[in-house]
Parts: sequence; C-alpha cells; structure tokens
Amino acid sequence: MENNELARIASQVRRDIVRMVSAVSSGHPGGSLGCADFLTMLYFDQMKHNPNAFSMDGEGEDLFFLSNGHISPVWYSVLARAGYFSTEELATFRKISSRLQGHPSTDKNVPGVRMASGSLGQGLSVGIGAALTKKLNQDDTLVYTLHGDGELQEGQIWEAAMYAAANKVDNLIATIDYNGRQIDGDVDDVLTLGDLSKKWQAFGWEVLEMNGHDFVDMRTTFAKAKSLIGNEKPIVIVMSTEMGQGVDYMMGTHKWHGVAPNDEQLADALNQLEETLGDY
Amino acid sequence: MMETMEFEVLGKKDTRSGFGEGLLEIGKQNKDVVALCADLTGSLKMNAFQNEFPERFFQAGIAEANMMGMAAGMTIGGKIPFTGTFANFSTGRVYDQIRQSIAYSKKNVKICASHAGLTLGEDGATHQILEDIGMMKMLPNMTVIVPADFNQTKQATMAIAAHEGPVYLRFGRPSVPIFVKPDANFQIGKADVLIEGSDVTIIACGHLVWKSIEAAQELAKKGISAEVINMHTIKPLDEQAVLQSVAKTKCVVTAEEHMINGGLGDSIAQVLTRNNPAPQEYVGVNDTFGESGTPAELMTKYGIDTRDVIAAAERVIQRK
Repeated sequence: MENNELARIASQVRRDIVRMVSAVSSGHPGGSLGCADFLTMLYFDQMKHNPNAFSMDGEGEDLFFLSNGHISPVWYSVLARAGYFSTEELATFRKISSRLQGHPSTDKNVPGVRMASGSLGQGLSVGIGAALTKKLNQDDTLVYTLHGDGELQEGQIWEAAMYAAANKVDNLIATIDYNGRQIDGDVDDVLTLGDLSKKWQAFGWEVLEMNGHDFVDMRTTFAKAKSLIGNEKPIVIVMSTEMGQGVDYMMGTHKWHGVAPNDEQLADALNQLEETLGDY
Repeated sequence: MMETMEFEVLGKKDTRSGFGEGLLEIGKQNKDVVALCADLTGSLKMNAFQNEFPERFFQAGIAEANMMGMAAGMTIGGKIPFTGTFANFSTGRVYDQIRQSIAYSKKNVKICASHAGLTLGEDGATHQILEDIGMMKMLPNMTVIVPADFNQTKQATMAIAAHEGPVYLRFGRPSVPIFVKPDANFQIGKADVLIEGSDVTIIACGHLVWKSIEAAQELAKKGISAEVINMHTIKPLDEQAVLQSVAKTKCVVTAEEHMINGGLGDSIAQVLTRNNPAPQEYVGVNDTFGESGTPAELMTKYGIDTRDVIAAAERVIQRK
C-alpha cells in the first residue's frame, strides 16, 4: 500500500482512539496514538493475514501479539478498519458486555485477538511459544509482538529474550515502542533501560532501529527484518515513537498515558486529525 | 461389606514416575503433545519423553514464568503443552502468568506439578507448597486433579491430553502404595467410591486416599463402617458422589496434603452447606508452613496421617 494511503488510515485510527477513550472517560490514548502508524503499517502492508476468516490457530498466517495490552484502542481500531469486525463495535469499548475489554481478551472471542494481555511482560513468551509451534508445524509464516518500553522492566521479558536467542527462534520479530515514557514519568527517571539496543544485542538478538512515524523508514526496516528470518537469531526492532503522536497537547509528556480527553479536549484533538474513512 | 475392604497392593512407587510414564505413552499416541521443563527433567521423570521425542521437548531453564507463557503460545497452532516443575514453581511463582495467559485465555495447557506438599521432605518449607490446590481451583476454566497413586497418575496424565482446556495435575515425590488397577478407566470429574460404608464418609485425594483406606480398615475393627471416596478431581467436583454418600452417613471427614484453607475440604463443605449441611472434620495442614524432615515424620507432626483420619472420623460421628 502507498505511504500516503497508510497515513490516511492512521489518521482515521487516531480519531477512533481519541473518540473511544473519550466516550468512556477511561483508557490509554498516549501509547495508542504513538503506535497508530506502526500497527497500520503492520496490518495494511506487512502482515500476511486473513481478516475475514479469523481462526485462533492462524495456520499459514502471520500472528501478532500485543504484549502492552493497555494500548488496546489502537489495536481494536486497526483490527476493525482491517475488517476483523465492524467499526460500529468500537463504540462498545470498555462498556458492559462488550467484546472490546479494557485490555484485550479472548474471553468473548473477539476476532483478531489470540491471547489476553494487560498484566505486562507476558507477550514475548507467548510469541516465542507460537513461533515454536509454527516451526513444529513447518509453517513458514511469522510471529510479530509489540512491547512497551516500560514493560521491559518486567523480568519475564528477559527470561524470554534469553530463551529465544539460546534456541534460535528466528521466525519472530519483536518490536519495542520506545517512547521513553511510562505512567509515573520518563522511563529514564522511573527505572532506566540503559542502552536498550546494546542490551538486546548482549542477549543475542539481531537489533534494528526505526522511526515509528516514518512509513519509508518502517518499510525499509521491515524488509531488512524479513531478510534476516531464518538466520538463527531472534529479531527485535527498537522503534522510536512519540507518545500522543498527532495530538499536540498530548505530545512531549507522560501525562496522557492513561487519561482520557474531556469533550473540549476531544474537539481540539479531532480538529488536528483528518477524518479520512468516516467515523464509526 | 468387609470383603470390599481387601485392597490388593500392587507395589509401591512415586506418583511422579506415573506422570513420566504417562507422558511418554501419550507422546507416542499423540504427536501434538509437547513437553516443557524448567531444569527439573530428572525430578519430574520427563527424561524418557525427552529421549524419545527430543524435537517435542523444550528445556526452559530456571525461568518458569517464560515457560508458562511459551506453553500458552504453543497451543496456538494446535499443540498440547505439558509443563513440568515442582508444585511451588508451577503455581505460586507463576500465578499471574497462569491467570492471564492460560486460564483467562482458555489455553490448552497441562500444568504438571511434582513434589507437592510436606512429603517433599528434607528441602523444607520453601519448597513444600500447601496452597496450590486453592490457588488453582479459584481460577475460572481450570480443572484440578490430584491422583492417588502411580497408576492413577499415569492414567490421569493420559486423560488430560484428551481434555480441551487448562488442567492442573498435582503429584508427589514419596513412594506410596499402588492400589488402582493398571487398566482402570480414569474419568475426569468422576469420583471413585472405594469402600462402601454407613457411619461416616471419608473423602480424600492424593496419597491421603491410601491413608483413608487404612483408617477405614482400623475403624472397621472398632465397629465403625466408613465409606471411602477417592476424589481425584477437585474441580469440577463430583457433587453427586458427595451428596449421595453423606445422605447415607450424615457426616464427613476430608483428608488431603494441603492447607485446610482452600483445599479439597473447603470444596466439600461448600457442596454440603448449599445442599445438605452435615458435620465435617478436616484432615489437612492447619494454617502453618512446614519444615525439614522425613515425609513420615512430617505427616505425623502436621497431623495428616492414618491416625489423624481415624481420630477425625471418631470425632465427627460424635457430632451427628
């Protein structure tokens, strides 16, 4: 898909995000806005997947696991816009009896979601497990995972990192949403990650870096990552993003990590985001 | 009635070895069965599976949280993962991983836990988990099984592979008498009435089932007719078996190698209070950690031996 088309989709996804969280006065807009371009690129350009016939096993399809489940608004919007379910359902987000739980869940069988997430640090292990099964099944499609940078403070991530390198899990591409912010403040102030790329390298991973708001750079980096599949090393993309990207007053701060805009703030945000595909 | 109390002891073996044999056998029958272990392959008796199916065996290292997450992920695409480590590291250490990635996500993972309870022995309280049944049975979607002997552990290991959904299978380290027939048909959720009786119902799980058989034999000498039920599946509980028996005996003793809080006894009490309240006595560990010692010493000191089942039966009959 052309980059300008992807940008148009991402703009609509951003509108969906702010409308979803504002409608229920809860949810996590900051990280969601920051990953809108990435997930649009993934689902509309990179992944081999089948939105019209979702199956839990996903054989012959690329799989995606959202490990930082709190950015569910961006995922739900992208899934709906890609055709997994109707965009009208986005209006049920976080409401009673909805399939679109605050954090993603398989409990109500929402198409596109294969694992609950929310309690952080678990998605890399899950992705590795799914990748191992793909190898056993001689299924040469890929597994993608997305993680927050703050999430990397969880120890399980590094257990998983060690396992994947030691066991040559080379059909997996993990991406880190490296926005440098978490609920309590800047990641460097809360618990610094140090030199993140070097850490992954030291754990035996192939490390790529990209700008998560530049479709040209993302396209190039995905191509490079895919060229490294099967090289006996797991792959991680350290992706620079801006929390709140696209809504000026949400950028440059951690304050919109888990706070929803009020009506006035919503109007301000929507003024900055072009309606390209029609609001739900 | 007395003739039904003659149990042929077929030998003595640890239940973990039943798991090892069952895993190997089901691995031969079902190529989707995979096994993961966190650096306790020998202790869990998983070597035979590892040697026979190296491509389906995954050594996770001392990283149980990652092991549980990987097991959950491996179900996507149709594998049936069996995880193996000590009961403590199979539950308490990884409760949140099990809760979110396995139970809530309804993943077809079989959590197989050895060295449960006090009878792990000399390693002491750090390893003697007595809360695992409670933690696991509280999780929605989770099936909880505590087989009684070597044969039943082998049969249960094979049965859970055919059951769709998360399962917690608990077994142990000490050698205990084998009395379940090698060709018995293990049914998840279906209790085994081992001895019929009319004065008191004894409901047990794990190797306390054998202790309860011994107790019933002693009680018979005193003229007390005890019914003994092997409640190998704690969840879903065979409520019919409980209610039918207690309707007859009017009182119950529960026996388990677990905290009284949250164990089998709690599940039985819940069934009775809702349907047919009856006096109940609990044989279990009473709100305390264990310590180092031999299994026999620990069972005596912490009150989960044959004599404790006998005493509880005599007490509860007085309360009718």
